[in-house]
Amino acid sequence: MTFLKLAATVWLCGALPLWAQDSAVTISPPAAFDGIADDAERSAALFTEMGKVLTSPRCLNCHPVTGGPTQGDDMQPHNPPVVRGDADFGAPGMTCNTCHGPKNVELTTAQGSIPGHEPWSLAPVSMGWVGLSLGEICSQIKDPERNGGKTLEELYEHNAHDGLVGWGWDPGEGRTPAPGTQELFGQLTRAWIDTGAACPA
Amino acid sequence: MTSFRVNGRDHDLDLDPDMPLLWVLRDELRLTGTKFGCGIAQCGACTVMVDGMPRRSCVTPIGQIEGSEVTTIEGMDGSEVKAVQAAWTAIDVPQCGWCQSGQILSATALLQQVPSPSDDDIDNAMAGNICRCATYVRIRQAIHDAARTLEG
Ligand code: FES
Ligand code: FES
Repeated sequence: MTFLKLAATVWLCGALPLWAQDSAVTISPPAAFDGIADDAERSAALFTEMGKVLTSPRCLNCHPVTGGPTQGDDMQPHNPPVVRGDADFGAPGMTCNTCHGPKNVELTTAQGSIPGHEPWSLAPVSMGWVGLSLGEICSQIKDPERNGGKTLEELYEHNAHDGLVGWGWDPGEGRTPAPGTQELFGQLTRAWIDTGAACPA
Repeated sequence: MTSFRVNGRDHDLDLDPDMPLLWVLRDELRLTGTKFGCGIAQCGACTVMVDGMPRRSCVTPIGQIEGSEVTTIEGMDGSEVKAVQAAWTAIDVPQCGWCQSGQILSATALLQQVPSPSDDDIDNAMAGNICRCATYVRIRQAIHDAARTLEG
């Protein structure tokens, strides 16, 4: 293989220069999907774009399907060990707010921060996402039986304006923010609903 | 100025609102019963009650507890903490003692919420309180003993 062919192969396979590999995942605005003529197809593509946010560690860590949360960009088990508890708020004697306050708190004696927001809790187990396909997450999110009785409009409100959802883009030192912005995530949710809220396969 | 109550006394403190409560308790108010262990919410030594709920004071900036009621080990009162104290001394739970004010605060909070805790309840409530002397077995026994005293 000539050098040129090798260089072209590397380029086509998407090997990126170092500076680009370092940059965070981004999300595209709804207009980027205007070229998909079929509504259902465009809708599913919009949800797939939303999925970049939904499956980021900022969201998945507190949408577990098990008894407790994970933490960090590498989704390690929460330390100290904590359990979900009856109210998705930890165990009696050690509820989430034993450590998590109304705001992120920078550590005084080490690098990093303790995340916080008011309110702060796990998503209910019916809204667990870890290990689910995007299609499964999509049908779960639309299902009022599992999503806390939310209509699609309420879901839009939640994604576009809820404070704890918004924390995903302001997670404090030591955590990679969710991709894009909450505003863009809200716009994608709006466009997904307006195109029929279809789910990817 | 940040204002809150500590052990029933009002304090108006002209301090950086980002200063952790633990620093204020120990260095400003000289309430040294609450210990520093890690400073990063990993050990539980700094546990106090804020508005009746356990809270790690090392990660609690005082600006976040404006108007709150803080209770430290020095100010704890009530049937649960009395039962815990009696159970603790009866079987000599502490070894070096460093972690123990945090252990006692968490154990008391547990008994206030679950009067007859199971082993699992105890494990879940106490998982954030580390003891380098490994007094865990005695802590568990003493919590069961205290629960029995409270029942009787
Ligand atoms: S000193 Fe606060 S948890 Fe260790
Ligand atoms: S008694 Fe020594 S650390 Fe617990």
